[in-house]
Amino acid sequence: MVKIGLEIHCQLTKLESKLFCPCKADYRSFEPNTNICPVCIGLPGSLPRLNQKAIEKGTLISLALNCKIPEKISFFRKNYFYPDLPKNYQITQFDAYGHTSIGNNGKITIEGKEIRITRIQLEEDPGRLIYEGTSEKNKITLVDYNRAGTPLVEVVTEPDFENPKQVRVFMNILVDLLENLGVSEPSLEGAVRADGNVSIEGGNKVEIKNVGSFHDLEKAVHFEITRQQSLVERGIPIELETRQWDDRRKITVSARSKEEEQDYRYFLEGDIPWILLDPKYVDQFKQNMPESIASKRDRYIEQFKIPAQVADVLSSDKFYSDLFELAHNEKNAKEVANIITTDLMGFVDTKEKRQQSKLTSKHLSDLANAIINNTITRNSSKSALQEIVKTGKSLNEIITELDLGHVSDEFELSAVIEKVINEESIAVKEIKEKPETVNFLVGKVMKKTKGKADPSLTLELLKKKLKIY
Amino acid sequence: MNLEISALKYLDEIKNENFTVEEFISKTIEHIKKIDGNLHAFLSINEKAIQQAKEIDRKIKSKEKIGKCMGMPLSIKDNICVKDTKTTCASKMLEDFISPYDATVIKNLKSEDAIIIGKTNLDEFAMGLTTEFSAFGPSKNPWNTDYVPGGSSGGSAVSVSALECIASLGSDTGGSVRNPASFCSTVGFKPTYGLISRYGLISYSNSIEQIGPLTRTVEDTAFLLNIIAGQDPMDNTTIDNKGENYLKNLDAGIDGKKIGVISEMTKNVDKEVSSATKNAIVQFEKLGAKIEEISLDMIDYSVASYYTITATEAGSNLARYDNLRYGYDFDLEGYEFNSYISKARKNFGPEVTRRMILGGFVPSAGHAGKYFLKALKVKNKLTAEINEAFTKVDLLISPTVPILPFKFGEKIDDPVALFLIDFNTVTANLTGKPAISVPFEISNGLPIGIQIHANTLQDKLVLQAAHALEKTTNLPGVSI
Repeated sequence: MVKIGLEIHCQLTKLESKLFCPCKADYRSFEPNTNICPVCIGLPGSLPRLNQKAIEKGTLISLALNCKIPEKISFFRKNYFYPDLPKNYQITQFDAYGHTSIGNNGKITIEGKEIRITRIQLEEDPGRLIYEGTSEKNKITLVDYNRAGTPLVEVVTEPDFENPKQVRVFMNILVDLLENLGVSEPSLEGAVRADGNVSIEGGNKVEIKNVGSFHDLEKAVHFEITRQQSLVERGIPIELETRQWDDRRKITVSARSKEEEQDYRYFLEGDIPWILLDPKYVDQFKQNMPESIASKRDRYIEQFKIPAQVADVLSSDKFYSDLFELAHNEKNAKEVANIITTDLMGFVDTKEKRQQSKLTSKHLSDLANAIINNTITRNSSKSALQEIVKTGKSLNEIITELDLGHVSDEFELSAVIEKVINEESIAVKEIKEKPETVNFLVGKVMKKTKGKADPSLTLELLKKKLKIY
Repeated sequence: MNLEISALKYLDEIKNENFTVEEFISKTIEHIKKIDGNLHAFLSINEKAIQQAKEIDRKIKSKEKIGKCMGMPLSIKDNICVKDTKTTCASKMLEDFISPYDATVIKNLKSEDAIIIGKTNLDEFAMGLTTEFSAFGPSKNPWNTDYVPGGSSGGSAVSVSALECIASLGSDTGGSVRNPASFCSTVGFKPTYGLISRYGLISYSNSIEQIGPLTRTVEDTAFLLNIIAGQDPMDNTTIDNKGENYLKNLDAGIDGKKIGVISEMTKNVDKEVSSATKNAIVQFEKLGAKIEEISLDMIDYSVASYYTITATEAGSNLARYDNLRYGYDFDLEGYEFNSYISKARKNFGPEVTRRMILGGFVPSAGHAGKYFLKALKVKNKLTAEINEAFTKVDLLISPTVPILPFKFGEKIDDPVALFLIDFNTVTANLTGKPAISVPFEISNGLPIGIQIHANTLQDKLVLQAAHALEKTTNLPGVSI
């Protein structure tokens, strides 16, 4: 039987500042070693001062993962030497000496399977090591402390996963959940990192570290199961060890055996006094929790009769659901959902495109209303949407500029139809035997009018002209 | 102009224009240059002191707003960060470390126009009680230069008693302010844990240590507390003292107060120390206090608990000195990370090394239950015990140090004997209570101090009692 457990590190990218100092939590835009202060580079004499907002975010995540939240939490020191760790200890949380982390004993159900959450802990991210130089001789390691002290939440699960697919599904759900809570932007490079623990029947537990993107986690876990199974088949024992994920070769390689495992000498961080989490405070959080993805989905289906697949897509992506919430009303909800899931997703499929997009919720509701009121065809709406995303101009401006106004004028349309009938004489002849050929002619009319023609009116006029009833 | 004046007297003299700040600072520096080659209180001197003095004189002259310290020269233990100044912790490891920021206490003092005259010697990273573990050589006791000045804030105590400054700030982890204060006949105060910001104090054992003043008089300690005590957003462990004015009602006396003599701390002490303690009890009784004996069972385990906890925290606090970010010249070529680290860390001195090794062991996975957790239990029980005692008495007294100052080299090779000298001082740190050492007698040319404890945040009561006791004495200054 395969047992898989996960440890997921998620940066709280939505926080302004680092976990223990006022430096920016968003370190990505800085030149190396410029987003630093005495605290986050651990200068002698500096002391951590807790970012209270991180406690709020940690509480939110713990509640969303159905964890118990203790009345008193503390921080611990995890002691080990590494060049990216300014103090040579990490301030983190731990369950020992009667002190616990911010959340524990949670659970989350994926595809009918319950995954237990061991604990949720807040901790600081170390700096980053950058390796440069190609040959063995001139290899150098550079240290950038801009990231040091960035607030992280670590989610630790029990070994409840049975296969790599469950890992993927869980990661997708978790990432959507974190985004929906407004605590993190998982699409940012390095914002979500995961380690896996894999063991199979009769073997020791193997930890996989260094999986750069959580998309690779499924692959890494899959590789590891296969590797372990082939060892067992050949009668080779599976050692207790830590393996690194080699991103280039897509395999795991041995990093160190557990005998050499460090003793982290965990003890309470005296520089940060206990934090008391009043149950009343926690209750307040419960009441003000952002609506969960599942609840949004059900509401969209129930209230607006949006199809289940559309509701799934819409609810699980915060960018889309936020747009939807602002754009829709009782009348146009279905159309707004439709525009987002059929057209918009194609235009803003990357983070950069989302950032550059000039689209507002007003644009969306205008567009949906225009379709409903027949002032633009669904066909033209796609071009209009693309232009809005690009320029941010109002829908009316774009309709005029690109001449996307709906052709519902009978006279104008009749002239085009006349032309098409003349040009497509072969098709016109076939029409007696094959009535569906009329659709081909409708298409030709649409093409000539650049999609502006009202499709139902065109069909009606064509039928009249060709005397098919 | 006499250098032997208290801080409050200095302020009067400046206000009365009996001398200028520049005159006083110049004379102080002259004096330091004359005697510090021998005493070695200082590790570095502020080259800009005279310039700063001139600026304060100008402000006084032009009737600009002037800070409470009016240019008084203060020395600072070299484990407290002063901006753009070397802060070495008397260690090779930080030999060239120039702090880019001011500790909160320094910020407060500077904003009140104090002049930081120099940085004082200590046992490396404040671990020791003689200054013999300074990487740059020991300080000498001005009362008798064959004797240790106590430690770890030895340089601070020497600088105050030898008139090289008006007052000093030290740090007290297990008696490091009170011990040298007792050995050099100055006042030394360890406040309630959290009363003074530790931001900028280079951590040794952060859960129990505090910055504390060393001064000529109890009044001067109260004066400095008014400037440096109170909540600090830069240190989450600081507590709100509600803007307490420590000078106000300082001479309230102790008539009617109940004083407990800690029996464990008065056994096994030198006979001169024992006799001084008895004399102090007589004085307290004369002042109207009621004396009783108090026994604290857990005290016998306090030193063991103290060294276990401090080693654990030191092992972590000093881990950052890996010579990657600051330190000394060291060629990295040919070292793999682990061998590099072990090589780099050989630059710690013997006492720090000893405690690093202990600190790696006592909290480790296989041994924490036997050592570190037991030490924490002792700390908690001792705190409960002393809290219980303070339901019966207002103050607890003892000699500050069980023995008289001793000669250099006498105990340096016997770590356990050295550890036991902390017996009377570590309790205040383990329990977070305020405690002061007041100069009380000079026995054959060697100073003896009396220690007074009170309950949490009763710092003012400690000062009131100390002030009352101080007034019963008439001790000579050191002759230099």
